[in-house]
Amino acid sequence: MYTFKELRKASNVQIEGKKMKLAVLGNCSTQFLRIAILGNAKLQGINLDVFDADYNQIDAQLLNNQSEVYAFNPDNIILWLATDKLYEEFLDMPIEQKTEFADLYIEKIQRYWQLINKNSESKILQMNFTEIDDKALGQYSAKIEYTFIYQIRKLNWLLQQAMNQNSNVYPVDILSIQTQIGQSNLYSSSFYYNAKMTVSPSALPYISKAVTDILKSMSGKIKKCIVLDLDNTLWGGVIGDDGLNNIEIGELGRGHAFSNFQRWLKQLKQMGIILAVCSKNNEDIAKEPFEKHEDMILKLDDISVFIANWQDKASNIKEIQQNLNIGMDSIVFVDDNPFERNLVKQMIPEVEVPEMPEDPADYLNFLQNCNYFDVVSFSIKDADRTKQYKAEFQRKKSEQSFMSIDEYLKDLQMIGSVSFFEESKYSRIAQLTQRSNQFNFRTIRYTEDEIRKISEDKNCIPLYFTLKDRFGDHGLVCVVIMKKEDDKTVFIDTWLMSCRVLKRGMEEFVVDNIIKMAKEKGFSTVKAEYIPTNKNMLVKDVYKKFGFKEYEKNKYIINTDNYISKNVFIKEEI
Amino acid sequence: MDRQTVSEQVIEICNDVFDNDDLVLTEDSSMSNVEEWDSLTHLSIINDIEDNFNISLTLEEISNSKSLKQLVSAILNHL
Repeated sequence: MYTFKELRKASNVQIEGKKMKLAVLGNCSTQFLRIAILGNAKLQGINLDVFDADYNQIDAQLLNNQSEVYAFNPDNIILWLATDKLYEEFLDMPIEQKTEFADLYIEKIQRYWQLINKNSESKILQMNFTEIDDKALGQYSAKIEYTFIYQIRKLNWLLQQAMNQNSNVYPVDILSIQTQIGQSNLYSSSFYYNAKMTVSPSALPYISKAVTDILKSMSGKIKKCIVLDLDNTLWGGVIGDDGLNNIEIGELGRGHAFSNFQRWLKQLKQMGIILAVCSKNNEDIAKEPFEKHEDMILKLDDISVFIANWQDKASNIKEIQQNLNIGMDSIVFVDDNPFERNLVKQMIPEVEVPEMPEDPADYLNFLQNCNYFDVVSFSIKDADRTKQYKAEFQRKKSEQSFMSIDEYLKDLQMIGSVSFFEESKYSRIAQLTQRSNQFNFRTIRYTEDEIRKISEDKNCIPLYFTLKDRFGDHGLVCVVIMKKEDDKTVFIDTWLMSCRVLKRGMEEFVVDNIIKMAKEKGFSTVKAEYIPTNKNMLVKDVYKKFGFKEYEKNKYIINTDNYISKNVFIKEEI
Repeated sequence: MDRQTVSEQVIEICNDVFDNDDLVLTEDSSMSNVEEWDSLTHLSIINDIEDNFNISLTLEEISNSKSLKQLVSAILNHL
C-alpha cells in the first residue's frame, strides 16, 4: 500500500493517455481524498482529472443543472455521505423520528441518483456507510430500532438492495475498509475536528485504491485468470517428495489453511475467473492429488489449463496466456517461491505477481485484501468459463514456447559454495537423503549416524553445496557423496538436489566441482549411475548431457581430463 | 532528540510539502509569511510530522501551531 505522502507527490505528475474525469461530492471535507485518488490513479497509469466540490454542496450541485459539477462533465461522480455527519443528524432528531432514519436516507440517496441520471451522463460511485456504535443501549442497541447502530446497518442493507436495482451505480465499499483496518486507523479525531475530514490521511491510500480499482475495471483492466503453483501453494509439502499421503490438505493443522484457500479459489472459478496450474513437476505426479486425494477441494475439472513440466515458469505462463488468448495483464500468478515470482516479474512485467506472505495461513486474507477481481458487471449466466477454455486449450495444445532466460540468471548474481560435511549439517544432510525423490540419481537413504560415518571415512568425498542470490539464501540445497573404487576411480554414490534450485545453473556448478574435487584427490576417472524410480525420470539424461559416456545401461563414466567446464552463472564463494 | 534536530526535520518536512525550491524556511516561518502554507498544506505537514516522529498531536496543538517554532515546541512535548 502506498503512503498518503507518496500519493500526494504522484498527484502532481503529468501522464499521457485517455483522460478520465471524476467529480467528488461529499458531506465532509474531500480535498485529501481528491489528492489521494489522483495520486493512486496516476500511479496506475490512469490520466485522471478530479473535480472536488466544496464541502457539503451535494444538494446545490445536483439540483442545479448548470452547476459546476455538471459543467465539468464527469465520467464518474463519487457520492460520499460520511457516517460521522449522519450520526450528528441522527442525534439531533426527535426520538420518535429516529426509527425512520434509514428509510429517509435511502430516499435521499435515490433522489441524488435520479438527479445525476437526469442531468448528466455520469456513472455513480456510491460509498456505503462505515459503522459507529455509540453503545446507547450497550449491545442491546443491535436489536432496537431507535439506535444509530441499528439504523446505519439497516441503511447499508437498503443501500445494497437499491444499488442492485440500479445498473448505473457502483459501490465503493468503505465499510469493508473499516473492517479491514479498524476504526482506530480509519478515523482521526484531530483531523475530523480540525478540518471536517472523516477519515485520517493514513486511511486514504485504502479508500483511494478502492476507487481506483473501479476506474481500472471500467477501463477494461480486469483480472481474468489466476495461475497457481502447486507445492506449498495449493497444498503443504512437495508432492514429488512427500507423496500423496503426506501432503498437507484437509481439516487438520496447516492443511486446513490450504483447504480454505482452495475453497475460495473454487468460488472465484464459479464467479468467472479462470484457474490455471503452472508447476515444476512431472505432469502425472502433479495431477495425482487432484485425481486421488479425497480432501482436495479443487478437481482437474476446475482447472482450465494444467501445465506441469521442468521449463521455466515464464515460458509456461506465456503458453497459458496464448492458449487462453487473454492479455498478460489479466493474469495473476500465485507462487510461494520468491525465485519463481521474481523470474516471472522480470520476464513478464505485465503479469500481476503478489508478494505472498511466508505463512500459508495468511495466503487467503492477503489475496482477498489485494482486491484483484473488481468488476463492473456480473451475470451468473456467463460466470463459469472453465469448460470453454479447457476445450480451447485441448485444440491449441502445441509445441512449448521456449524463451531464453540467460539474462535473468545472470542478473540473479548467484553465489554457490562447496564444503565437506560438518557436524552441524549432519541432520539436514540426512533429511535431504531421506526426502528427495526427484532430483536424486540413486535414491539412497542415509541416517544421521551413517552420514557421520561417511564424513569420517577416508575413502569418501562427502560434499554439500549452498546457493544464494540477490533475493535471498536457499541454504543447503545439494549433497554429493563420492566413494573411492580404486586408486584411479571414484564413484558418485549420491547426488541429490532440492527441486527449488533446478534449471538455474546449479547442476553445472555441481558437476564442475565433482570433477575438480576428483582431480585434486588424484582420481582420473569418475563413474556414476542412474537408478530409475517412478519419481526421478527428471534426471535420466543429466550425466549424458554433461559428457559422461554410458558404458552399460544407466552406468556412466568420464575421464576427468576430457571434461569441459560448464558453469556460467554461479560464482564460487571462497 | 534535541530541539535543533527536531527543527531540522520539521524544515525538511515543510520543504517537501511546499515543494518550492526558492523558499528558505527558518523557525520564524509561519502561516502568515509563507504563501504556500494554507489550511490544507498545514494538514499535510501535520500528517507527515505525526508519521515521522510517530506521535499524535492534540487538536489544540494542531490548530495553534501556525509557525515552525510552535510546531517544534508541540513536537517536543511528545518526545
